[in-house]
Amino acid sequence: MKFAGLLVMPAGFFLTLAALILFNDPVQRTAFVLCGVAVQGLGLGVAVRGHMSNRGESY
Amino acid sequence: MNPAAPISESLLSLAFALLLLAPLAVAGVALINVGLGRSRSAAQTLLGNLAMAAVAVLLFALVGSAFAGALPGGTGHILTLAGKPWSLAGTGPWFANGLATAPLQAQLTLLFEIAAVALCVLLPWGSGEDRVGLLPGIAIAALIAVFFFPLAAHWNWGTGWLASLGVNFGLGHGFLDAGGAATIHVLGGLAALSVVWIAGPRRGKFPKEGFSTAMPGHNAVYVLFGCLLTLIGWQAFNAAGALLWMHAPLTALPQAVLNTVLSAAAGLGATFAVTRTRFGKPDASLCANGWMAGLVASSATAAVVSPLAAVFVGLVAGIATPLLVELFELALSIDDPSGAIGVHAISGLWGLLAAGIFSSSTGQFLAQLVGITALLGFFLPLIYFVFLLVNRYLPFRVDADGERMGLDLHELGGGAYPEFVIHRDESYR
Repeated sequence: MKFAGLLVMPAGFFLTLAALILFNDPVQRTAFVLCGVAVQGLGLGVAVRGHMSNRGESY
Repeated sequence: MNPAAPISESLLSLAFALLLLAPLAVAGVALINVGLGRSRSAAQTLLGNLAMAAVAVLLFALVGSAFAGALPGGTGHILTLAGKPWSLAGTGPWFANGLATAPLQAQLTLLFEIAAVALCVLLPWGSGEDRVGLLPGIAIAALIAVFFFPLAAHWNWGTGWLASLGVNFGLGHGFLDAGGAATIHVLGGLAALSVVWIAGPRRGKFPKEGFSTAMPGHNAVYVLFGCLLTLIGWQAFNAAGALLWMHAPLTALPQAVLNTVLSAAAGLGATFAVTRTRFGKPDASLCANGWMAGLVASSATAAVVSPLAAVFVGLVAGIATPLLVELFELALSIDDPSGAIGVHAISGLWGLLAAGIFSSSTGQFLAQLVGITALLGFFLPLIYFVFLLVNRYLPFRVDADGERMGLDLHELGGGAYPEFVIHRDESYR
């Protein structure tokens, strides 16, 4: 689960890169970048949940 | 932070003098790391700080600086996308060749980056203290100094694609990171998170039933004195960074230095108030973390905001710090003895955002967001998976017996305080 979350995070980064390359309009660009940030937040949340679910296994 | 223009020789002389003070930040953070750890691992922790800084400086000067592109030597690895140049990595000379004949500005760039990498590698060490061995710690420092830090330094400072967002895409002045909030603190904090995730918590920290066990630092005096030392180093970093990366005039430097102090003071004041309200008494180590959080946030903002905004930035960082410590420990099962994840990664991210919020340039906030997504979406997964691979062959964590007797005895054969400290749980060995 942690791996899955961490693998989602680059997708958010690529969305922000796509925003820079594809759009010239500041509003569209900002919206796309914010989507990238949201995807990264989702990935980080899943990774943190994955860490918490493993807590009881080793310690 | 758009591509470099020449800086006058008198300002470069000032930058050189400032860079002589920057290592005090490294000394302060090392002292804080030791104080926040346990007494049975104090010598190992301080030796680790010194060894990691030494390895990082050596490897960065010899190898990493080529990728960072600190010294002139080639055009860099440039990708052309959408008709714009994206400078992804530098192509400077190996082994700092040609340093003596390089322009003074390039020489100082290398000096700044060397002090910065020494500070960056101490952050994951502080988070992994009391359970991570010296050799894995050195391997972590080597990886940061050779790969991660040079790449981040090239992207964020000088002519990298993030620094050039202003020139290429009209986003303000490009990604603003004059004092190293992203390149030093967020990068080091994310490395700290990776180490904590991989190494796991200290033994007994999170029992299977009940709340987490409190493991307070062993010497609040080290921690608080370390905070005072860091102030000098931070002022040097922020002022030298403003000169080298933003080409700030001399008249802008006193405000950058004042903003650094104001941000730290507001951070400490806010944490003092929060801990006094929550616990009835101020907590010394959390107050130190609040001070540090203010300093870290100022790394992004000191050169670009007003004094009032600097106070606000420090206040937010100081309020968030004790709450983050509780969140990490009680809710997220993250055992971070030095608090580097909250203090350096989160406060650094806040500072970077604040630099965009308080900027009057069009597109600056977006430039800061793009920089933040690069840190979280590129560097965090990369660092985590590389560290995970290293951990397979060189386990980060010492064995259970070593952790129980303390890393001083286990790794060095002698304690930091041999004459007057006896641990109850060692006496029955």
